Order: sequence, then C-alpha cells, then structure tokens
Amino acid sequence: MGDYPSRSVDTDAGGPGATDGRDWAAGSGVSPSSPGHPPLGGGGALPKKSRFSTESGFRALSTAAGAMVLVIIVAIAIFLVSKAMPALQENTENFLTYKRWFPNDANPNFGIAALAFGTVLSSVLALLMAVPVALGIALFLSHYAPKRLATPLGFTIDLLAAVPSVVFGLWGRDVLLSPVRDFSEWLNKYFGWIPLFGGNGPFGRSVLLGSLVLAIMVLPIITSLSREVFQQTPGMNEEAALALGATKWEMIRTAVLPYGRPGVIAAVMLGLGRALGETIALALTLSATFDISFNLIESGGNTIAANIANTFAEANDTGRGALIASGLVLFAITLVVNMAARVIIYRRREFRDNAA
Amino acid sequence: MSVLEREASVGMTPEHIRSQRLPLVVNIGIGVLALVLSAVLVLSTGIGNWVLVVVLGVVLYLVGLLAAATRVEGRRSARNRLWRSLVYAACVLAVLPLASVVWTLVSKGAARFDGDFFLTSMNNIGARDENGGAYHAIVGTLEQVGIAALLAIPLGVLGAIYLVEYGRGKFALTVRFFVDVMTGIPSIVAGLFVLAFWVLIVSPWFNNGVPRFSGFAAALALTVLMLPTIVRSTEEMLRLVPGPLREGAYALGVPQWKTILRVVLPTALPGIITGIMLAIARAAGETAPVLLVAGGAPFINFDPFLGNQSSLALFVYQQAGDASKYAQPRAWTAALTLVALVLILTIAAKLLARRNRLSR
Repeated sequence: MGDYPSRSVDTDAGGPGATDGRDWAAGSGVSPSSPGHPPLGGGGALPKKSRFSTESGFRALSTAAGAMVLVIIVAIAIFLVSKAMPALQENTENFLTYKRWFPNDANPNFGIAALAFGTVLSSVLALLMAVPVALGIALFLSHYAPKRLATPLGFTIDLLAAVPSVVFGLWGRDVLLSPVRDFSEWLNKYFGWIPLFGGNGPFGRSVLLGSLVLAIMVLPIITSLSREVFQQTPGMNEEAALALGATKWEMIRTAVLPYGRPGVIAAVMLGLGRALGETIALALTLSATFDISFNLIESGGNTIAANIANTFAEANDTGRGALIASGLVLFAITLVVNMAARVIIYRRREFRDNAA
Repeated sequence: MSVLEREASVGMTPEHIRSQRLPLVVNIGIGVLALVLSAVLVLSTGIGNWVLVVVLGVVLYLVGLLAAATRVEGRRSARNRLWRSLVYAACVLAVLPLASVVWTLVSKGAARFDGDFFLTSMNNIGARDENGGAYHAIVGTLEQVGIAALLAIPLGVLGAIYLVEYGRGKFALTVRFFVDVMTGIPSIVAGLFVLAFWVLIVSPWFNNGVPRFSGFAAALALTVLMLPTIVRSTEEMLRLVPGPLREGAYALGVPQWKTILRVVLPTALPGIITGIMLAIARAAGETAPVLLVAGGAPFINFDPFLGNQSSLALFVYQQAGDASKYAQPRAWTAALTLVALVLILTIAAKLLARRNRLSR
C-alpha cells in the first residue's frame, strides 16, 4: 500500500540533505579568485547565475507538476459546478430535500435526499461490520501472529485491496446473494418485530447485501493502516506494561490501542471515504429504489454513486447535469471526510516526531 | 484482586509462583460440548440450519471458555484468552470472502476461458449466441491504461521530485496535503469531471459541436486517479535516497537537476516502478470512469481518440447486466482475466519491492 504516509516522511525537515539554491554552484569547480574581486570564500570566480538555465527550467517544470494536483482539484470543482448549475436551475423541486429522481421529465424534478441517506446508511453499516474485524486482523498481524504467518497473511490482505470493485460486485450478486437472502428471511421470521428487520419481502438485494460487500472492500484499507500504526508502538511502552504484570491483552489495551487511536480513527475515515464513493459494487448489489427507510433486509437501497452508474445511460442533457450535481455533493462529502482524516494523520505525525 | 488474594492465602512455593493454566483437553472439551449443545438446541427447535449451529457454537464456546478460565486461571487471564480467540476469529472471518472470491472466479470463469474469448469481440453477437469474446475490451483496457500511464508517470514523478527536492514552505505543504486528499477522490467523481470537462466541453470543438465519447477521455479519468498514487509512492522512495549520495554529487560540482536525474532517480528506481505498477493495477480495474466517458462498444476500436471504446472492467459490468444466459459466463471469464492481470501486476510489483535496496 504505497499511498499511505510512512514513518519516514517528515514534513518540515524536507528531504535528507537536499538543499535549495544550488544552481549558482553549478560547474566550474575551484578556480583561483580573479583580481579585482575580493575572494569570497573561494567562490568569487563562480559563474554568474544565468536567468534561463536547465536548472531553473527543471525546477519550474517540477513545480508545475506539483501544482498540477491543486489545479486538478480546483478544476474538478469548477467544471462540476458549471455543468450542474443549468440542471439545478431547471429543477422544479428542492434538490437537497426531495426524494425522487426524474431529471429527464419535461419539467425535471429530482432531489438527493434519498440517495444521500442511502449512501450514508450503507457506508456506516459497512464500517460497523468492517472496523472490528479489521482491527482484529491488524492486531493479529502486529502482535499475535508468528512472523512466518504474518507476512503471507498481510500480503493476502493487500491483494484483497487490489481486486477490482466490479469483481466484488459480481461476486456479491451471484454468490453472496442467496446466503444473505436466507439470512434475511431468518432475521425477518424471528426478529421481524425490530423495524430494521421488518417488512414483507422480497428480501436479498438489500442494504445488508450492499454493505456486506462494501465491508469486505474497505477491510484491507483499514487493516493495513491500523497495522502500521500498531507496529509503531514504542517497544518500551509495551515492555513496561508487561513488566508491571499485564497480560497480553492488558498490554494491548493500555499501550498499543491508546498509542494507535488517532491512526485508527484516520484509517476508519479513509475507509469511510472509500465506502462513500464506491460505485459499481453497489450498482450491482442494490436494487435502486428512492425511499428513505431504515429497513436493512428488504430489497431496496441506493447511493449517489450507484445511481450515477445506473441512470447515466438514459440521461438527457438535464439528466446528465442532475447526475453531475449529485456527483458534486459526493465530491464535497468525500473531500471533507478525507481532509479530516489527513489532518488527524498529520497532527499525529508531529506528535510522533516530537516524541521521538 | 482475586488473584492477589489467592496468592496471599497460599505460601510462595515454586508450584504457586506460576498461576495454574487451563489444560488443553478442557479447552477442546468445551469446544466439542458447545458445538453439541448448539446443535441440539438449534436442530431440535428448528430455528436454523448448520450455519446457526456453528455461529451459536462459537458463541457458546467463548462463553464457556471465559467461565472455565475465570475459575481456573482468574479473571484477567480469562479475558486475555477471550480476546485472543476473538482476534483469531477476525482473521478467519477475513480470509473466508477472499477464498470464496478466488474459488468462484476460477470455477465460474474457466467455462469460457478459451481462444474464442480472447480472439473475438462482441460485434453482431445476439442474445442467443453463445460465443463472443473480450478482444475489444482487452484492447481498450491496454490502450486506456497505457495512455493514462504515459500521462501520469512523468507528471507524478516530477511532482514527487518537486515535493522532495525543491518544495519548501506553505505551498509545498499544501500540495502534499492535497495529494493525500486526492487519493481519496471517488473514481466516479473523476469520471464526472472528465465528462464535464473533456466530453461535454472540449470534444465538441473537434467534432462539429457534438460531444463524443472516446478511450482517450477514459485515459484522462484514469490519469486523475493514478496521479496521486504515483506522487505519494515516488515521494516516499525519493526520501529514502541517502543524503550523502546527493551531497557527493554536489561536491563534484554536479548541478542539482543532473544530480536528481542521474543519481537520485536511478537509486530510487525499483521502488518508483513498484509504485507505478500498483497504480496501473488499480487503474486497470476501474469501471465507473470508463462507463461514463468511454461509452462502451461491442466492436473492436483501435483508435482511442475516435469513437466509443470498451474496457475489461466495463465489459464485466455490461455482461453482468445482460439478460442472455450466455452473458454470465462471459462476465465471469472477463472478471477472471481482469483479476489475473491486476494480481500479476500487483504481485510482480511487490516482488520487485522486496529486491529493493532502499527498504524502510
């Protein structure tokens, strides 16, 4: 998982040994200081800084490449807004509170309420299922498993992250569906009095199935980041806890978990960001309804991203604009979640650098 | 407290310094007992099948273990046992879906894993035709990912060079922060961005004012997704290059740009390639952006700039939604091909990373 910050990165100190302003020292070597100039530490005869050199060109090129990231993020916001505005102006209902989605009508009416609700519900449910398991695996890999087992298992978990979402979606729809349907019927029979498991069916292609698939997909992200944090627990803290007579679990609870808490929170939020934006797996497993309902097992459920994939093909101009507007909302939500996660990670890094 | 009290009541003889342990036989016995009890409970009342027997059995085993261990070893040790069992259970729980995915892929995907599948397209294949293949989709994936790599690799590596070698102050920090944030942008949003920017605004300029889907648009969306991953992994690798290497080059009078290109980059190269391969593997599996901007096509289209194109991931999605009974085997075989491609890239990248001299 190369895209996670590692312990080796220090934001303020910069790269080891890299200094700026080297271009004036280019070439030339040591030459005797010429008469007329005061000898400035042996550098008096160095060539003058030229205004356009390869050095400044290369620097400008790499700076531009770095700035490109900011440009892209700003451009995403600008272009999404510019294409969403016309559709939003034609909308005859309130975009934020209306539940239905008919942007292709003669008088378009569409709103994001049900979609946003479904997105949050399925993501939160997925995290509720994935986080305990992910933390368990992370602890297993960092503190319980023998090294011979931990390396291949960690590798396997990383491979799980590489499997494309469409494959998980297909698997969820073709393989996981019937056990989930049986389970749903069972839940409905014995726990139907709880509103979450009520309803008269049909069951199966429900929020439960979608969030199960989502949970499997966010599991590796949360696992690999939490494992990294758990492994960084200072050995002295662990040994101190053990020396005071703590059992292994007490050591983990008093030394490892408190130390790793900010990292775990950040990992969970990154997982949330992934779950919120997941498209194809949910388009394949949910059955795309436009209701706000807490029923988890009846066929139904929808998310912003799945709705874009499902309805894009038959969208007209306004329909496209409406989908882009919903994508803009998704972009804003994931941006906030990701930024919050990164702020937590950055703070944590400062703390760690100071403590080290 | 109970441990201390018990310790205090007996003399500190060598037998009592170590606390008593729960014998393994008792442990296994509790397990068998729990399973039998749960089977009797569940099957006699008829409230569930074998799955419930196993689940209830595990729960009963954990409760029984906790009770027995509390009696023999004390409360703290019993908790320790309970949590260890839970951690192990989490691991088993996570490996199950992966095993199931792999098994299903191989068993369902093998049916159509033949020459026909790799050498024909879906052109003129109707609902009653059982042949048809993914040649066009493979071509599309290779072209789109290739173009995306051509765009994202130089940009990403240069961006990382900026962050490590040149970037100072607030601006560099901002760039770093937003590279991290950008890794979390949903792929569908990247697709919508390219749809709004390229397909709806730029492409009409070249096409008499009519928006046009193309493989190149998909490549642009994949570029947006690959860029932050490449910047982050390259940056990490560049930071691992020892400072004295750079200083040695500077001391010989080598200008900084040449030091970067000739000394720093070659040293970090294996790691950089690993990161790039992981980014490519991830991009190859993306469906949503391709669905939005490449349009999808049943025929072979070699020109990424002109006309609709498909991709393997999109092919899987489309075949999965197809009503024809021959579509599902095609979807699974395409999924198997896609996973094989992605996993080969990933595993190769990880093996390469292991040979890397600059390891953390």
